[in-house]
Amino acid sequence: MSVTARVVTHIGDFGIDAQIEARPGETVALLGPNGAGKSTVLKAIAGLVPIEDGCIRIDSTPVDEPASGTFIPPEHRRVGMVFQDYLLFPHMTVQQNIAFGRKSLKMPAGKFNDDDTWVHALDLTDLLDRKPEQISGGQAQRVALARALATNPRALLLDEPLAALDAATKQSVRGELRHFLQRFEHGSLLVTHDPLDALVLADRIVVLEDGRVTQVGPTAEVASQPRTDYLAALLGVTLHRGVAADGVIACESGGTLIASTSVTGDVITVIRPQAISLHTHKPEGSARNVWQTTVTTVEAHHDQMRVTLTGPPQLTAAVTPAAVAELGIAPGQQLWARLKATDITVHPA
Amino acid sequence: MAGCGDNSERTVTVSAASSLTDAFTEIGEAFSEQNPDVTIRFNFAGSSTLAEQINAGAPVDVFAAASPTAMQRAVDARSVDTPLPFATNSLAIAVPLQNPAGISGLEDLSDPSVTLVVCDAPVPCGAAAAELFAKNDLTIEPASLEPDVRAVLTKIIVDEADAGIVYRTDLNAAVGDVKGIQISDDINVVDEYLIAVTSDANPDGSRFVEFVTSDDGQRILRSWGFMRP
Amino acid sequence: MTTAQRSVGKASAKAPAIVMVFALIAVAFLFIPLIGLLLETPWAQLPALLTSTTATEALRLSIVTSLLAAAVATILGVPLAWVLARKEFTGQRFVRAIVLLPLVLPPVVGGVTLLTAFGRRGLVGQYLYDWFGIQLPFSTAGVVMAEAFVAMPFLVITVEGALRNIDTRYEQVARTLGASPRTVLFRVTLPMISASLVAGIVLAWARALGEFGATITFAGNFPGVTQTLPLAVYSTLEVSRDEAIALSLVLLAVSLTVLVSLRGRFLGSRT
Repeated sequence: MSVTARVVTHIGDFGIDAQIEARPGETVALLGPNGAGKSTVLKAIAGLVPIEDGCIRIDSTPVDEPASGTFIPPEHRRVGMVFQDYLLFPHMTVQQNIAFGRKSLKMPAGKFNDDDTWVHALDLTDLLDRKPEQISGGQAQRVALARALATNPRALLLDEPLAALDAATKQSVRGELRHFLQRFEHGSLLVTHDPLDALVLADRIVVLEDGRVTQVGPTAEVASQPRTDYLAALLGVTLHRGVAADGVIACESGGTLIASTSVTGDVITVIRPQAISLHTHKPEGSARNVWQTTVTTVEAHHDQMRVTLTGPPQLTAAVTPAAVAELGIAPGQQLWARLKATDITVHPA
Repeated sequence: MAGCGDNSERTVTVSAASSLTDAFTEIGEAFSEQNPDVTIRFNFAGSSTLAEQINAGAPVDVFAAASPTAMQRAVDARSVDTPLPFATNSLAIAVPLQNPAGISGLEDLSDPSVTLVVCDAPVPCGAAAAELFAKNDLTIEPASLEPDVRAVLTKIIVDEADAGIVYRTDLNAAVGDVKGIQISDDINVVDEYLIAVTSDANPDGSRFVEFVTSDDGQRILRSWGFMRP
Repeated sequence: MTTAQRSVGKASAKAPAIVMVFALIAVAFLFIPLIGLLLETPWAQLPALLTSTTATEALRLSIVTSLLAAAVATILGVPLAWVLARKEFTGQRFVRAIVLLPLVLPPVVGGVTLLTAFGRRGLVGQYLYDWFGIQLPFSTAGVVMAEAFVAMPFLVITVEGALRNIDTRYEQVARTLGASPRTVLFRVTLPMISASLVAGIVLAWARALGEFGATITFAGNFPGVTQTLPLAVYSTLEVSRDEAIALSLVLLAVSLTVLVSLRGRFLGSRT
C-alpha cells in the first residue's frame, strides 16, 4: 500500500542519501536532473539494487535493511515497476506479457488478480495478439502498465514513463496516466526529469539533486516556491537569494529588488520572465522596480524570446518575437526594464 | 615429406613400416656414415597406408613393407620395382609392466574381460594377428583396431589396455615400458618384410636398398630382433 | 570538379574488384576438393558400398554419438556461458582461456589429455575403474566424451556472446514481475537468445560429427562401438579408396543438409 524509504548508497564515487515516502493513493514524483540518482532510488525500492544503509519498507515491512541484514529479493516484494523503455518482452505477445507476472507468481485467476481487468481498463483488448514491435509507443506504455498491475502490486514505481514518447503522444498519454493514477488505490512513485510530468501527475514532489533531497512538498507549493536554482530553471523562473527588510531585498549576487512582502530575513525571490517588460526609454508608471540595463543574450525559447539582462541582479525577460523586432533588441543594447513589486514572489529561505 | 633441399644435396626418402622405426633409424645413421653426401628421410606408418600414399604419387624413393600383401598393392599399381625380402618377424604379446590382467599366454586373450588391442585388419600386423588367432582356433574380440603397431604399443605403455599383439621386435624397442610374453614359433605366424625402390626413385635409393640387404644392414636388423629373410 | 568526381568513382569501383578476385579464389579453394571428390565417386558401386555393415554401423554410431555430444555440450555449456557472461570473479579470463583451449589444441592432444584424466590409470578414471569397473576408453561413452570435449567451446562462445548482447534490463523487469532467477532464465533469457542458442548447438553438433583425432586417441577404433564415420574413412582408406570416398560422401551429405537447412542463421545475428 505504501512505501517508505531511506536510501543510502553509492554508485562509484557518487553518493546518494534520500528519504522518500508514498502513502496509499498518493502519487509522488521524484524530480531531478539526469544523474541525480533518481533511477537508482527507484531500483533500490524495487530490489534490483541493494542499499548500503538506511531502510526500505513496503507497508511497514522492511524489505531492505542492511543494519539487520534483511533483504527481500525483487520477486517477493510485490512492487510493480514500469521501465523507461517499457521493455516489453519481444518474444511474447501483448497478452503473454501482461500474464507474465501472474504466471511467474503462480497466482490463480481471481477478482483482483484477473489480468483481464487491466486489459479492459487500459483499452488493450484489440492488441492482445500483437507482438511488442507491432504496437505504438503509447500503446506500449499502457501494456507495460497493465503488465505491472496484473500482479496486484502493493505499490507502483514508474521510471520516466513518458520519456520514450514523442511530443504529440506525450500529451494525451500524460492525461490518461493522470486519470489512472488518481484512481490507483496504492502508493505510486514516479521518476521524471520533465517538470510537466511532475506537475500534472503528482500529488507531492520530491526534488533530488546530486543524490540529496533538496525540496519536498505538495506539487502546487513546490511549483510556486522553488528553493533551488535547478528547480527554478526547470520551471522557467529566475531565483535570487537575499536578505529582506521592509520589502527591500538585498540580493546575494548584488543589487536590490523591491517586492510587496512582509517577510524579513533570509529569503528566496522567484520572478517569472514574463513579468519583466522592456522599453527603449524610461517607462512611466507605478512599478517600483525600474532600471537601466544591457542585453547580454537573446535566445528563442519555444514561442518566446528569452532576453538575459545584466544586473545586478541578473534577470531574464521573456518577450514576443514581435517585440524583439520592434525594439530592435540585440546583445549590447541598452534598455530599460520594469518589474512590478507584486510580481516578485518572496518566501523564507 | 618431399625434400626441399638444393640440388647439391642428395636425399633418399624412405617409407617404412612402423615396426621398422628403431632398426631403420639406426640403419639410416650407419648409411649416412658410409655415404656422407646422402641424407636419409624416414616416413614411418602402417604399411598399407604407406602403399596408398605411394600409389597416390607421394615422392618416396624406397618402400619397406611389413607384409607381402601391402607390398603387392604397390606392385599392382606399378609404383615400385621388383621387391626383395630382407627380414622376417613374428608376433608377441605386450602387456603393461604390472600385467594387471595376469596374462601368461595366448589362450588368456580369449577371456572376454581382457582388454585387447591389435592393429587394424589391413595393416600387416593386424592381418598377422588375425592369422595367428585363426591358426590357434581362438575367437578374439579386440577392444580397438589401431592404425599401426606403434599405436598398439602406446596403449599398453600407458596401461590403458591389458594386452596387445605386436611384433617381437617391438618388445625390444619398448624394453622397460612394457612386459613381453613370447609366443613360441610353432604356434606363431611369420611376416615377410619386403623392400623395393619406387619407379621414380633417384639412384641413391638403390644404394640404400643394397645397404639394407648387405651384411651391415642385416646385422643391425638382427640386433633389433628381426630374423633372416 | 569532374576529374575529382571521376577519380573518386574509380577508387570506389577498384576496391570491389580486388575483393571479388580473392573471394573467387576462396570459393575455388573450398569447392575444388568437393568437385574432386564428386568426380572420383564410384557412383555405380555406391549403393553396395553404402549399405555395407561398416558404413551403416559407422553412420549410426556417428549420428548417435554426435547428438549425445551436442546434448552434453549444451547441458554443461549453457550454464558455463551464463556464469562467464553474467558473473564477475577473479581468474575469469583464465577460466575462459581454458574453456576455449580445445579450439586451438590439436584434437590428438585433446585425446591424450583426456587419457591422462579419464583413462583407467587417469586422475579421475582410475577411481571409475577401480571402484566401478568402468573404462571410458574403448567405449561408446568415451566417444561421446571426446566429441563433447572438442565441441563444447563452440557452444560456450556462441551462447556467451549472445548473453552479453541482450539487454539485461529485461531480466530485471522479469524479477520485478515476480519471476525467480530460474524462471527468468527459462522464460526470458534463453528464449531471447534462442537463435544463437540453436546456432551454437548446431555448430557443436557439426564439430562433434567430424571429430577424429581425439576420438581415435581416447576412445579407440572398433566397428559398432567406437568407429565413427571419420574413423571408418581412415580405416577403409588403408584398404579400399572407393569405400573411403563413399563414406566421405555420406559425411558430407549429412553435414551439408543440416547446414543448408539453417540458412546461415548462425552467422552471428543479434538475439
